[in-house]
Amino acid sequence: MSELLTKTALQLADMMAAGEITSVELTRASLDRIKAHNPTINAFLHVDEEGALATAREVDEKRAAGENLGRLAGIPIAIKDNLVIRGMPTTCGSKMLEGWLPPYDATVITKIKNAGMPIVGKTNMDEFAMGSSTEFSAYGSTKNPWDTERIPGGSGGGSAAAVSAFMVPLALGSDTGGSIRQPGSVTGTVGVKPTYGAVSRYGLIAMASSLDQVGPVARTVADAAALQEVISGHDELDSTSLDVEVPAFEDIVAQVGADRVKGLKIGIVEQLSADGFEPGVEAEFEATVKRLEDAGAEVVNVSLPSFEYALSAYYLIMPAEVSSNMARFDGMRFGLRAEPETGPVTAERVMAESRGQGFGAEVKRRIILGTHVLSSGNYDAYYGAAQKVRTLVQRDLDEAFSKVDVLVTPTAPTTAFKFGEKIDDPMAMYLNDLATIPANLAGTPGLSVPCGLSEGMPVGFQILAPAYRDDLMYEVAAAVEASAGEIAGSCPAKEWENN
Amino acid sequence: MTELLEFSEVVERFDPVLGIEVHVELGTKTKMFDGAPNAFGDEPNTLVTPTSLGMPGSLPVVNRTAVEYAIKIGLALNCSIAEMCRFARKNYFYPDLTKNYQTSQSDEPIAFDGWVDVELEDGTVVRVDIERAHMEEDAGKNSHVGGSGRIQGAEYSLVDYNRAGVPLVEIVTRPIPNTGGRAPEVAAAYVRTLRDIFRALQVSEARMERGNVRADINLSLRDTPESPLGTRTETKNVNSFTAIEQAVTYEMRRQGKVLSDGGTITQETRHFHDEDGSTSSGREKSDADDYRYFPEPDLVPVAPSREWVEDIRQSLPELPNVKRRRLQAEWEISNLELRDLVNAQALDIVEATVKAGATPAAARKWWTGVIARYCNEQGIELDQAPVTPADVAELDGLVQSGKLNDKLARQALDGTLAGEGTPTEVVAKRGLEIVSDDSALEKAVDDAMAANPDVVEKIRGGKVQAAGALVGAVMKTTRGQADAGKVREIIMSRFE
Repeated sequence: MSELLTKTALQLADMMAAGEITSVELTRASLDRIKAHNPTINAFLHVDEEGALATAREVDEKRAAGENLGRLAGIPIAIKDNLVIRGMPTTCGSKMLEGWLPPYDATVITKIKNAGMPIVGKTNMDEFAMGSSTEFSAYGSTKNPWDTERIPGGSGGGSAAAVSAFMVPLALGSDTGGSIRQPGSVTGTVGVKPTYGAVSRYGLIAMASSLDQVGPVARTVADAAALQEVISGHDELDSTSLDVEVPAFEDIVAQVGADRVKGLKIGIVEQLSADGFEPGVEAEFEATVKRLEDAGAEVVNVSLPSFEYALSAYYLIMPAEVSSNMARFDGMRFGLRAEPETGPVTAERVMAESRGQGFGAEVKRRIILGTHVLSSGNYDAYYGAAQKVRTLVQRDLDEAFSKVDVLVTPTAPTTAFKFGEKIDDPMAMYLNDLATIPANLAGTPGLSVPCGLSEGMPVGFQILAPAYRDDLMYEVAAAVEASAGEIAGSCPAKEWENN
Repeated sequence: MTELLEFSEVVERFDPVLGIEVHVELGTKTKMFDGAPNAFGDEPNTLVTPTSLGMPGSLPVVNRTAVEYAIKIGLALNCSIAEMCRFARKNYFYPDLTKNYQTSQSDEPIAFDGWVDVELEDGTVVRVDIERAHMEEDAGKNSHVGGSGRIQGAEYSLVDYNRAGVPLVEIVTRPIPNTGGRAPEVAAAYVRTLRDIFRALQVSEARMERGNVRADINLSLRDTPESPLGTRTETKNVNSFTAIEQAVTYEMRRQGKVLSDGGTITQETRHFHDEDGSTSSGREKSDADDYRYFPEPDLVPVAPSREWVEDIRQSLPELPNVKRRRLQAEWEISNLELRDLVNAQALDIVEATVKAGATPAAARKWWTGVIARYCNEQGIELDQAPVTPADVAELDGLVQSGKLNDKLARQALDGTLAGEGTPTEVVAKRGLEIVSDDSALEKAVDDAMAANPDVVEKIRGGKVQAAGALVGAVMKTTRGQADAGKVREIIMSRFE
């Protein structure tokens, strides 16, 4: 592998600024590695070699001409396949959108383009972002670079694996119930779900609008911070977009010293540190907490009773929104159109046939569940009750954050499980999101940073901060990272690398 | 055609209960939730953005002007304006509905609990209670190619999304009971009243023929006003005043027949047919129709500040009903005379004409007569006529000063409508001025008497009314430009 690809995005940016490397060199290295190993890892659904190199050349020329460029100009990036890019195939991991070329750019894509970052391609994902293992992709599962018999997490397994396998230094994901953080946890990468509204959702193909959030995937906290700076900011095209100033995340992280956590109050969520967590995960989590304590943090136990019901509430609210958001995929205007083999070709029958063929099992399951949840006889009992729980989770978190600065949990209950282990057991799969879901329900930020290994597989440490305090979350994450040592960088590219 | 009961019998035997939902398309520059132009008549699918096409990933953003217009309508209908309201998704499938849900408002409308007074032709006032006025987006438009033009039997269907996302306000009445035999009239007058208000507020062009204003008519019959409500039908998208009156009449007679025969009314939507004023069964619609409403997660709630609402209230124009009453008093004319000015636009133009110096009677006469007929023929609105209130006032001035008689004034106005200039210019160009020069008239009278000896004989024999024929003859030879009064005087002087 090219030596370049093992470096962090910020190191590469510095090298480019110093004239030591060019973006074309780096982008070509990235494309070469994707070409060599994507057949094994299956992180990418589409690679745009020409487009990426064109951007790289343009950046190099501008740099040579002495133009002032953005911090990450020239750094290749991979994009989860649910973010639309004008003219680039976007499938959401579904047969339903096969062949569709979006006519417009998502706002984050406009920002990435303006920042001069070559987009190398679109990454694999669970169909329409529904799943925790990328096994629900219509285009085959992505393999975990640490062990190709294991899942890379979901739904953003493609983005996490691409970063973890050194194919790209940075990627974008989307997190509805943990789809950036849980893949981060099981692939040893840093995954961030920013405060709801901090990053525009315009052009993100919605799974559950009130929970979805675009965020960075990186190998280091500082890289993630730099990328969040690029993609954040108010967007008039997204009415839920926050109109607040974007903090200088990268500077904040850069200034974190060993004593940063000194005096910070760190809360351990009682409900998320006991049963159901794999012993190895629990051990690494506790060791990390201990290191924070040694560095001067005050660790307190916090009880958040509503967290017990958060998962249930999530699995009512999310499918309700899914059932409505999926309605536009009807075979009428874009993507797959399937006509019935016999009988009259009516709009209703084309729609039914297209959906029957286009959607996979998990998407259908959630559409049916959501339709049921919203139906007039059940609305109050299910959707109404779930919204009340959502309010309670928000209230519990508010209260907790009046007592502690941040909350910490293991990101996922286990390390990467093996393919097929949970695919036929939806409930077991849903339990993976236990610790990540509360942040989506409350709209608060959450970050997963690698904190150690359990039987050779990475363990993620989750930091939850109050809304708008992404900066604080990054600071604590930087401290955790410093104490744990670089884990992502040690991904033992095994048998697949030698092929 | 279905058998119908005589209207008088329906009225005798049943109490009709009427409810009306009016949709008005707002005349904003852009659509309800995105920046696509809100315009009419362009090439199909050119006035669209990813959002109005419902493209994956697109998001709505509320149009502030549409909210302002909705508040204006709410205030004009004496409604309370919500301090906070939300949009909801109304989930249903239709090929011209881009997202397969409509972004609308369900239990949290922007305006609620209002009323409007509707004046019938004979001056009776019916107060209609308004339940709510809420904002939503319009759908696109399907056209079916091949077959009869309806979806059944069509070869294929085309969809135009230019209208998709156009802002709408839907105004829902409470049941309007006790209308007795006047339900059809009340329905039409109510929608006309709303149309006038929309125009006065300048929130919509409110052109019925373009479907800017559409009414859904809910109607049921019951035995007496004390009986429980009967099963209703909903006749959709009726878009002319005549059609509204016909649709209500037809439904009353049809339901009356079914019920008198011991049958039951099916709850359903019905289509109205312009050709014969009938309605026919559409889709069966049970109360279990489940739109699975839930709060639109892509939009933040709308919270109009009290200051903003007050500012809007202060800026409301005088509403048509109020204006009509004021002008009636100021101009000292009867309600009957004002009746022609049913539409608010005409009222505004007539008022402007009076302000420009015309008498109310003359202003009314010209605008509702010659000019209205001209506009009708041309298929244009009164305010698009090639004549201004100042022109009409000028014309009246010429009549008042004796320079023109009624007939010449008509010719002058025709000239102005034909683009020949202001009335004064037309008079000059066409040489229309009245002839009152005595010697010229004396000569014309002599000529007429010489040419009509039989008439002269009759007058001499005592038939004074025959003088009219001589006046006519003089007018003819002077091409209508003679002062008719003067001509008569001269003629009579010859027989003294």
